[in-house]
Amino acid sequence: MENLFVNLARALSVWLQHLGLSPFGSDLLLLVLQWTAIILIITLNVLILVWLERKISGFMQERLGPNRLGPFGCFQTIADTLKLLTKEDIIPSQTDRLIFKTAPMFFIIVSVLLYAVIPMGRDMAVVDLNVGLFYFISVGSLTTIAILMAGWASNNKWSLLGAMRSVAQMISYEIPLAFSLLGVVMITGSLNLSAIVAAQSHIWFIILQPVAFVTFFIAATAELNRGPFDMPEAEQELTAGAFTEYSGMRWALFFLAEYTNLAAVSALAATLFFGGWQGPLLPSWIWIIIKTYLIMLVFMWLKWTFPRIRMDHLMSLSWKVLIPVSLLNILVTGVGIEIFKGMRW
Amino acid sequence: MFKTDRYIINIGPQHPSTHGGLHVEAVMDGEEVVDVMVHLGYVHRSVEKIAESRTYPQFIPYAARLDYMATNLPAWGYVGAVEKLTGVAVPERAQYIRVIMGELSRIASHMMFVGSLAIDLAATTGLLYCLRDRERIMDMFEMTSGQRLLSAYMRIGGVSHDLPEEFFPAIRSFLADVPRMLDEYNGLITGNEILQARCSGIGVLDPETAIAYGVTGPNLRASGIGYDLRRADLYGFYDRFDFEVAVAQKGDCLARLLVRLEEIQQSAKIIGQALEQMPEGEILGKVPKVLKPEKGREVYHRIESAKGELGYYLVSDGTEKPARLHVRAPSFINLMVLPVISRGGKLQDIIANIATLDPVLGESDR
Repeated sequence: MENLFVNLARALSVWLQHLGLSPFGSDLLLLVLQWTAIILIITLNVLILVWLERKISGFMQERLGPNRLGPFGCFQTIADTLKLLTKEDIIPSQTDRLIFKTAPMFFIIVSVLLYAVIPMGRDMAVVDLNVGLFYFISVGSLTTIAILMAGWASNNKWSLLGAMRSVAQMISYEIPLAFSLLGVVMITGSLNLSAIVAAQSHIWFIILQPVAFVTFFIAATAELNRGPFDMPEAEQELTAGAFTEYSGMRWALFFLAEYTNLAAVSALAATLFFGGWQGPLLPSWIWIIIKTYLIMLVFMWLKWTFPRIRMDHLMSLSWKVLIPVSLLNILVTGVGIEIFKGMRW
Repeated sequence: MFKTDRYIINIGPQHPSTHGGLHVEAVMDGEEVVDVMVHLGYVHRSVEKIAESRTYPQFIPYAARLDYMATNLPAWGYVGAVEKLTGVAVPERAQYIRVIMGELSRIASHMMFVGSLAIDLAATTGLLYCLRDRERIMDMFEMTSGQRLLSAYMRIGGVSHDLPEEFFPAIRSFLADVPRMLDEYNGLITGNEILQARCSGIGVLDPETAIAYGVTGPNLRASGIGYDLRRADLYGFYDRFDFEVAVAQKGDCLARLLVRLEEIQQSAKIIGQALEQMPEGEILGKVPKVLKPEKGREVYHRIESAKGELGYYLVSDGTEKPARLHVRAPSFINLMVLPVISRGGKLQDIIANIATLDPVLGESDR
């Protein structure tokens, strides 16, 4: 069980070479297969997540949540997806059509790209980049551009406001996000996510870097545009913010991408602070799923409890609190590492 | 500084947080509000004109539909005006039942206020908690009148039915649970730091402006003026009850929320006392089959509705239909301060301000 997927991939590769493909060709085909698998998993995962979020919010609000289709309403999201797929594709006449159509695709592509570097289990990163963490943060920040595209192309004041908020928010929260992760990088001495997981075999970084985790978690909530930081959408103020003019499957793509991002960032948090795929008894890929889901539950819990923070409070939280705290954390970590080294001598 | 253009953004009439067909035109400078204009009339149902073609009792359900969040209060105000006009006496028991139902409506309306403020600030769970508790009041309305939301329970000279047996245990357990409910709201909604940051110091309504605009009700009391018609203009036996007029000093959104929470508590107190004091007896006074007030008589009757001073101005022309009915709708007058308190704030503050002014568009547009 432990190496189920790794062995599967290896067997597939051997079999492909057996069929007369060159090693390069078989690798390429394998990569395509891996990506297809990831995209399938992501889509299925989003279906589960939407259902889970509705069930959890129902539980928190003393409602039932979806309960008609299938046991515990688990087919509800499938029915919803079918509805969204068959809806008429409305593009308002005053939009910038090319950008309007590209934005959701861009968003989903970016969020799928995030999965490339996350180790989903022992030896199970699709691409084991040596700058994996750097790649994750830089690609993750591209989602802003997709939201900006959507907001600009919609030619709607609500959308533009949502997009502008999103840009301001992302720029402010990118910095504490990166800074808070630096503590982990300083301890490990590597940007490679597999190396970071390996470094946590004795102790999880949540214990060594609790402050970093808190700042990371807050900044990540803002990065994910989830409540209480869901500025670009801000349903109560901006109707649907940057996504106001979108409907049907184009809107669903944004939705899909947001949940994909949520899972990716939760997996990153599990990897960086909770020992990644490491855990006793169960296979490694089950451990990362459990940890990711637990972190996602916390994200959902926050969203359904807190009111939305105001835009200027959001800015001051980032620049006046999170950035100084994360900088201080870097300082303390640096001093701590030096002291630790000195003690060992 | 950058040179920025002003632009106009239309909040409503189709918008998630305008509490009905309210259209707010905001002149914006980025996220800052330069000016706000309130456009009303999207829910205009010409209720006042309808009154002229209905007999006096026939209008009661229309009155109940003015403020559909506190349905018994506007109905009570209307029947009170007609009783003043015709001189119909109301039995004591009916007066007590009216107080109980009116205060229950006030609690329901304030619960809706707390919930809708929560959801307007995107705390969805807060709304559901308030709705859950409001549901119990709706159940009690159903026991008494058979209708939940728009119970036309008030009658000229009394009420339509006596309180049924099952009503008493229901209301006693509800009253016993009120402190627990308020604790829950305080924990989830009022105590939340984000909510406090978004509400305190926002939309400050100073007492002078409030008086100048004719603001009444909880919105006025949040600005530090303890003016409550239940005390200032005695009606419906309110002098027999021991309760305090809830007042807050700051006049901001948080003060408006705190006043409502306090009023829920005080209303519960009044209901408890009314249940104690309520005598046995008739629930409907002697009312003539056809009500024909003297020609040329006119009255103004006002009550403390959940939103403020709700007044009815009735003119009789000697027939069984009123010659003129005018409603002084507190929602309408309270909404007029929205531009004053929103200027200079942020876009998100407009939403908080609308929510805390607590307009009911059915009443303000009539």
